[in-house]
Amino acid sequence: MTHNHSHEHELPFWRKYIFSVDHKVIGIQYAITGLLFLLFGFGLMMLMRWQLAYPGQPLPLIGNWFKESAMVGGIMLPEFYNQLGAMHGTIMVFLGVVPLAVGGFGNFVLPLQIGAPDMAFPKLNMMSYWLYFIGGVIMLASFFVPGGSAQSGWTSYAPLSVIASSGQTWWLIGMAFLINSSLLGSVNFIVTTIQLRADGMSFNRLPFFVWAQFVTAFLLLLAFPPLMAAAVLQLMDRVAGSSFFMPTGLVVNGTLLKAAGGGNPVLWQHLFWFLAHPEVYVLILPAMGIVAEIIACNTRKPLYGYKALVWSVIFLGFMSFIVWAHHMYLTGMGTKMSAFFQITTMIISIPSVVILTTMILSLWGGSIRFNVPMLFALAFLPMFGIGGLTGLPLGLNAADIHLHDTYYVIGHFHYVVAPGTIFALFAGVYHWFPKATGRKMNELLGKIHFFFSFIFINGVFMPMFILGLAGVSRRLYDPMQYAHAQPTQPLNVFISISAWCLGLAQIPFIINFFWSIFAGKKTDQNPWQATTLEWTAPSPPPHGNFAKAPVIYRGPYEYSVPNQKHDFWPQSMKEEN
Amino acid sequence: MIRYISKPHPITGIINSKLGVWCFLASEIMLFGGLFSAYILLRTGVTDWPRGHELLNVPLATLNTIILITSSVTMVMSWASLEMKNLSKYRLFMTLTILLGFAFLVVKSFEYGHKFEHHHFPSTNNFYAIYFTLTGLHGLHVIGGIVVNLYFLLFGIKMWDKEPKQFAGRIEAAGLYWHFVDLVWIFLFPVLYLL
Amino acid sequence: MSAHSQEEVQRQVKIYIRVFLALGILTVLTVGVSYLKLPLSIAIAVALFIAAIKSSLVAAFFMHLVSEKKIIYAILALAFCFFIVLLLYPSWHLM
Repeated sequence: MTHNHSHEHELPFWRKYIFSVDHKVIGIQYAITGLLFLLFGFGLMMLMRWQLAYPGQPLPLIGNWFKESAMVGGIMLPEFYNQLGAMHGTIMVFLGVVPLAVGGFGNFVLPLQIGAPDMAFPKLNMMSYWLYFIGGVIMLASFFVPGGSAQSGWTSYAPLSVIASSGQTWWLIGMAFLINSSLLGSVNFIVTTIQLRADGMSFNRLPFFVWAQFVTAFLLLLAFPPLMAAAVLQLMDRVAGSSFFMPTGLVVNGTLLKAAGGGNPVLWQHLFWFLAHPEVYVLILPAMGIVAEIIACNTRKPLYGYKALVWSVIFLGFMSFIVWAHHMYLTGMGTKMSAFFQITTMIISIPSVVILTTMILSLWGGSIRFNVPMLFALAFLPMFGIGGLTGLPLGLNAADIHLHDTYYVIGHFHYVVAPGTIFALFAGVYHWFPKATGRKMNELLGKIHFFFSFIFINGVFMPMFILGLAGVSRRLYDPMQYAHAQPTQPLNVFISISAWCLGLAQIPFIINFFWSIFAGKKTDQNPWQATTLEWTAPSPPPHGNFAKAPVIYRGPYEYSVPNQKHDFWPQSMKEEN
Repeated sequence: MIRYISKPHPITGIINSKLGVWCFLASEIMLFGGLFSAYILLRTGVTDWPRGHELLNVPLATLNTIILITSSVTMVMSWASLEMKNLSKYRLFMTLTILLGFAFLVVKSFEYGHKFEHHHFPSTNNFYAIYFTLTGLHGLHVIGGIVVNLYFLLFGIKMWDKEPKQFAGRIEAAGLYWHFVDLVWIFLFPVLYLL
Repeated sequence: MSAHSQEEVQRQVKIYIRVFLALGILTVLTVGVSYLKLPLSIAIAVALFIAAIKSSLVAAFFMHLVSEKKIIYAILALAFCFFIVLLLYPSWHLM
């Protein structure tokens, strides 16, 4: 056995906090960077909502801050609206949610929960973060190149993306960095979970959070490379003039495009969605893991249906690779292919429902503590339910003909990701903040954050189903140019005001987060009286996590075990309590 | 502190670096799979796809195939030399592997140069586009492998004195990557040049 | 696989040489067949078949897969499942 001495007391500041190889520092780096990107991506959307609520009106106060290529006299240009749309999606998915959910929570919590001293490859872990950071810088920088950032949707469909301005090339290069960051991270998570579990931590004693991160890592490992391939092909089309995605005879602005032709735009869609569908499960699985931990802890009883949860998450991960073309029903596919993807899409809803149901059933008979993490975790359940249910008509070809590319789709996926995943991530922040800092966040500010976020987030997304059913298309700078959309304009105003209020509702969280780091109420190492291993380490844990390698004696959710003195029995506690 | 860096895990039976590199190779299978699937979609979408041997230099590519296969042998021999505790033989075989890798790239640059001279570019048609892209990405992987091997020949070798088992594990992992690069070429060669 | 004893490694080396020779012969074969100007679908089948044999030899003996642990087989099997999906969908699209 090799000795990796912890030289922590000898490390200079820049190696302890900046170029650290400690999974906890890296996790916090990912989390804070991810939260900042979430805020930035949210800001982009708040700008878009002005144009949608008051089309063609100058943006008050800050309209003059934008250059002429974005806003003329404070009035948003359509090209800029498209940039905001494409970058809002890109930043939220790839720079915000996944880095926070996987890079942040996964890195910080997983080694602790399995009883490991760190990740299997600490230097690789550090490289993952910095590749992500560079990718993020490239994405942000793309706003400032001539023509602006990418503006062909986060989906970058060809041929529009191929003929777009140089920002799209920056997007492709940025994505290459993000994909490689993710790849290295997923290798680390998989090897760590398989090899570095403490003695006695068998797979069926793993907290569900670890299972969720483990399956997520496989999704990232195997689904991202085809998008890397697609990005290479699109770069070739843009930079080297190839025609992978360019059909013969394409006419742009009245002139025939000078390209060899023979390409297929649908090829891009296949390769893109081959990643992007598993990607949405990357978005939800860590959230489900977080919610499961918080529910067990705050109901003081074991999770209902642990085995069902584990088999469902594995089955879900597997199925997620064979449903992607339900994003492509309108590309002219044949009936056999369409039938295949409808069937797999319907099947994949089953494990999702099993997971949601087991979590709801876990509440039955529980002694529920309505602290802030639990409020967010509880809200996740019906919000994810709405998101999931509204996916069903989209997954069926016939209904999708009417709903595809409308606001109904936007409502559907935001319900899953925003009051779904992001609420779960907030829950995780409040829940694990004491472990990372040794202090609790303020409960009152947390409850204010929760209640106003919950109200306004529903105000943003619920009306979108109505807009979509009315036939209002997505990604339009001015949807009201169409007569059928005009009666729905008041809903746009309502949504925009809700969105701005939702933005204001985040202020208590931002204040709470930073204030509590320095002045929050100090806690001991297990303020929530939870059973999982991270709560047996000091708050915050030192380099190497555990003074002595823990040994595991029981499952992860031994709460309220009869004839015990306390209502929780930690996994690594040898004796009865 | 971190276990199973040199000693195999009691249940899985392997060390961390081996599991890690195989996971990485699994992702590489999906990367080249994505490109191969693009090739299939593009080729089956048209009726006038040229035969590879009409447009590409088969003898040169055959030479490159032999070069790469030989480099795979020298790579695995460099690992075997470490298992036999023979550091100078390790140095010999690793040097040969690196030189053969360079030879592959030199031959490739002659191929590319010849194509460019005759005004055949990725923009010419999709046959050339996918040819340049597939062989180009493969070539980048060869360069990456050479860099890693150079590191293990010149700098990483210091680890042999302190942690011989860990070093042998690293060379085995580097070997797995190098064999995979060879493996991709074993498919690339007939698909692009012979069909 | 970490062969520890000297004899094991010597045996391995003999196998590596034999595999090298087999790969050389198969390379010559696959190039030779291409000169036969077979119809395209048969040419594809033969070329891929020979490539599959060559790659299996590299994987089994150079990459030690023939004596590898179950966890590695499991991960590779998973990757191959999805690899096949990736290769097959282009032909589905015509259905």
